Amino acid sequence: MSDPHAIDREIDRSHMQVSDEVAIQITRMNKWYGAFHVLRDINMTVMKGERIVICGPSGSGKSTLIRCINRLEEHQSGQIVVDGTELTSDLKNIDKVRSEVGMVFQHFNLFPHLSILENCTLAPIWVRKIPKREAEETAMHFLEKVKIPEQAHKYPGQLSGGQQQRVAIARSLCMKPRIMLFDEPTSALDPEMIKEVLDTMIELAEEGMTMLCVTHEMGFAQAVANRVVFMDQGQIVEQNEPREFFNNPQSDRTKLFLSQILGH
Amino acid sequence: MATASDAPKAGFRPSMLIYDTRYRSITIQVFVLILFVLGLVWLLDNTAKNLAAVDKDFNFGFLWTRAGYDINQRLVEYTNDSTHGRALLIGILNTLLVAVLGCILATVVGVLAGILRLSRNWLISRMMTVYVEIFRNIPVLLWILLIFVILTETTPSPRDFRVTDEMIAAGEAPKASPFFFDSIVITNRSAVIPEPLFTRSLGNIDIGIFLISIDLLAFLAAIAAGVFANRALVRHAQRVQEATGIRPVTWWKSILLILGPPILTLYALGFYLGYGELAGFNFVGGIQVLHSFTALWLALSLYTGAFIAENVRAGILSVSKGQTEAASALGLRPGRTMRLVILPQALRVIIPPLISQYLNLTKNTSLAAAVSYMDIKGTLGGITMNQTGRELECMLLMMLIYLVLSLMISTVINIYNHAIRLKER
Amino acid sequence: MSDQTNASAPFVRREMIAEQPAPASEAGVVKWLRENLFSGPVNTILTLIGLTVIYYMVSSAWPWFRHSVWNASSLHECKEIVTSNYGEGAVGACWAMLRERWHQFLFGFYPPEEYWRPTFAFGLLFVALAPVLYFGNRKTCSVVVGTVAVLLLVYFLPHEGHPVAKFVAAASLAALGALAWFAPKRLLWFTPLYPALTFWLLWGGSVWTPVFALAGVAVGVLAYRLAGSLGTVMATSIGFLATVLWWLFLSGSVAAQVNGLLPIGLEHVDSDRFGGFLLAVVIGVTAISGSLPLGILLALGRRSDMFLIKSLCVGFIEAIRGVPLITLLFTASLLLNYFLPPGTTFDIILRVIIMVTIFAAAYLAEVVRGGLAALPRGQYEAADALGLDYWKAQRLIVMPQALKISIPGIVSVFIGLFKDTTLVSLVGLMDPLRGVTQVVRSDIAWKGIYWEPYIFVGAIFFAFCFGMSRYSMYLEQKLKREHR
Repeated sequence: MSDPHAIDREIDRSHMQVSDEVAIQITRMNKWYGAFHVLRDINMTVMKGERIVICGPSGSGKSTLIRCINRLEEHQSGQIVVDGTELTSDLKNIDKVRSEVGMVFQHFNLFPHLSILENCTLAPIWVRKIPKREAEETAMHFLEKVKIPEQAHKYPGQLSGGQQQRVAIARSLCMKPRIMLFDEPTSALDPEMIKEVLDTMIELAEEGMTMLCVTHEMGFAQAVANRVVFMDQGQIVEQNEPREFFNNPQSDRTKLFLSQILGH
Repeated sequence: MATASDAPKAGFRPSMLIYDTRYRSITIQVFVLILFVLGLVWLLDNTAKNLAAVDKDFNFGFLWTRAGYDINQRLVEYTNDSTHGRALLIGILNTLLVAVLGCILATVVGVLAGILRLSRNWLISRMMTVYVEIFRNIPVLLWILLIFVILTETTPSPRDFRVTDEMIAAGEAPKASPFFFDSIVITNRSAVIPEPLFTRSLGNIDIGIFLISIDLLAFLAAIAAGVFANRALVRHAQRVQEATGIRPVTWWKSILLILGPPILTLYALGFYLGYGELAGFNFVGGIQVLHSFTALWLALSLYTGAFIAENVRAGILSVSKGQTEAASALGLRPGRTMRLVILPQALRVIIPPLISQYLNLTKNTSLAAAVSYMDIKGTLGGITMNQTGRELECMLLMMLIYLVLSLMISTVINIYNHAIRLKER
Repeated sequence: MSDQTNASAPFVRREMIAEQPAPASEAGVVKWLRENLFSGPVNTILTLIGLTVIYYMVSSAWPWFRHSVWNASSLHECKEIVTSNYGEGAVGACWAMLRERWHQFLFGFYPPEEYWRPTFAFGLLFVALAPVLYFGNRKTCSVVVGTVAVLLLVYFLPHEGHPVAKFVAAASLAALGALAWFAPKRLLWFTPLYPALTFWLLWGGSVWTPVFALAGVAVGVLAYRLAGSLGTVMATSIGFLATVLWWLFLSGSVAAQVNGLLPIGLEHVDSDRFGGFLLAVVIGVTAISGSLPLGILLALGRRSDMFLIKSLCVGFIEAIRGVPLITLLFTASLLLNYFLPPGTTFDIILRVIIMVTIFAAAYLAEVVRGGLAALPRGQYEAADALGLDYWKAQRLIVMPQALKISIPGIVSVFIGLFKDTTLVSLVGLMDPLRGVTQVVRSDIAWKGIYWEPYIFVGAIFFAFCFGMSRYSMYLEQKLKREHR
């Protein structure tokens, strides 16, 4: 496989267990943008501890799908239940889900007017109501984890793209989420920075975090994911465990997509 | 020492003054300097000759002579026996009054219109667009004149307010009556609003140039004290939040702290309102607000407000959508997102052009000349100039005053820009 | 269709789901209303407030418009007509005032039998602008020139006048039309001739004055060509000097001589008869075209490495931007006599134009400086690397890009300038807003009229300024597309 970011390290799988508790349950979910049918009859169950990679051509609705999970986008029919809370227009439920679900964006979306440390403590202080000192300790803990504690007092503009994305991951982790969503976290990065972000994500997976990643990093998918979901035209076309998915794709659309992305 | 620079010097030729990059710029600058000095000398020489021809000199002594004219709006005491210099002071204060009140109203109008223009409410955002486009594309002079004409030509004359015994007997109402629980009277001469009076007034202090009401100072001090106390309260709340994570509820304490001291002060001073009364052919008492002032103030505020609305809109739009999304994804509610994430970023974009709009408004107060409002132009550049015949001195002094005002405001912009740059990097 | 509730079971979709229509609650008028007007309590209240305001404005303005009177000789008569037609207490607009006085709003006290001259000049303005705004675009240029020519001829031919003059006018319009069609790029040659032509049309006098003034430019160009070997700066100075010398010492006397031999001319019109929108447009257009080059030079000076030039430019720009335009206008009307050699007098309109030009140039300089600063350094370095000298680099590489970036700013300076032409009323000129309106309102017949003149003048200003701002948006979009 000619993947430039093939994962060459040993993965520690001791904590990567899929439990039989349901984390996210999506049933018959549909979404329209005006008259355009973006998501069609999505059914999906995510267990705690699962690491799912969602891939598909651009415009296939994969970003929209995970943005529905923390209600950045509203769905029009069907049901999304996150950790036992159903997403409706009830603000309390939305708040609850959002504080349980962390999200990492393609363009990092760090707050440029706040220092790295302040970026990480903002939500814990104002949403979780944690004392400032405690929040800062947590923040430093996670910044050490993503290996940039020394940048804590700088501003986002002074960091490289890879560093910014790692800060964004740390910022989400500071809320102690049970589920992490990744929306193409590496596609705005220069090639040499992709690896550092993927390494951080792998470490997260090794700790047993439930993860949904929209990404085209197939090396990451093979090394870490326990399931790969392929989407096209707003629907789930194929899903399988990684080895089967890459070596023995069933649908013609999947085959076409894989041949394009892997450059065969 | 400097051996390297010796070599080219040896081969110096006059043509290098034009063709050698090292000397060329010096040549050009010397040439420009000569032209500039010549031009200056020419202008000064002309001026001297012209002044001599009409038998005038150049001095500012007239500022200390008796003015001999009345000014109908004055913030500090002035009579026609005062000097021209004092008339100028009145003019400057009148200019500043319109400028400051105009900036306040323009900010309120502009911020509201700018935010509403971005609202999801289709009707309101369209209405604000219409407001902004209409006011930005029509000369501000039109609004000044229109408001002035409406105020002076469509309002009743003072005698229409008169209630005679026969009218009471006949059960007739007067032709016109005051607004707002009989507190505001608008006649074709001026608007009369209630004036604050004190039964236990503290009198005035003389600070050399003019008298200042101690009541006013006490009131301002009370406001300052309230704001200061509120700041301490907020800081305390901040500390409690940092220590325990829970922010104490402060809004009602804030209201009490900000409103309390001024109200108590007013009560202690025996505050009451003095209304305008019809006496003879006009109203006396109350505060007489000249229509020229109102027209200038409203028109400049609405006009500048339209520009500020555009700045506010652009500032808020400059914060990318991703910022809101990231804040939402972290669980922040819209209100907090606005206060903690959007506004701090938008303000950096909004404030510099906002201050330069203040600068424009201040310069536009010179349109007072169109409605005979007695600002710097009306006093120094108007009656004083006509009476003394000192056009040169008056105009130069006037420009200097405006220039100093502008430079002060642009200094503020520069300091602000510098400050945020330091904070960012 | 299989169910995917069983989490990790492999799944393959064999049939794709077709697009479904959105549920009814997601489309149509109801959804639009709910989302855009009544999406929450705050929005609902805002909508209601908005509707109330609109209702109030329309209900008070509509009867006034509906009762408009177009035929009357005084405001009093207007009111009588409204009362007799619509009953006691009815209000109505009195547009009859415009019917009687529109020409003053447009031309001031310009002699009525000479109205064709400003009209002609105004029409030709578009012909002069077309090649600048739509350079080389044959279709647009031809349409503009053709429309102007047809309109002018329709206006012009029924007029009384010398048949030869009519023939000359018709022939030159036809020639311009032909030029636009056959050589749209050459139409640009008309633009520099336009100021001289307009000057002659508006103020009248001998035709030879503007002709020999133009000849001065030709003399300058000739001198520049002859001195070309001395380098750009020297040659430009020599050319400039030649032009100035020609204007100062030769132009006037030669024109007088030739006029003696061959007197062709129009009746002279004094400056104090100019007024209304004629005045606003004359001041606006002249100041706009003069301030752009001056502003560019100031901006370049401000970015210069030469300390003296930089500080002179900074001082000039900041001094002008620091004072209100009114003080400059008063300087023009009161102080200029002190600064010029004893005995010099020149036209007040010209003085005002100079001041407005300088004022706008200082603001433009700041806009252009912003554009220059936004240009990547690489562009300057590339120009140096190509071996271009300073002026060539500016003209060919730097300025075209910097000006493109600053278009919105430049246009908003122009809009401001055009609005500011109303301030000339404060130095006694007859601008449409205050000057003419004052004249009309001081007539006993129209005393007390205020909405009508201000609405009329305001609407014309709005049309001009809004048009300009839309044009700049169009241009911005177009340039953005071309850049891609």
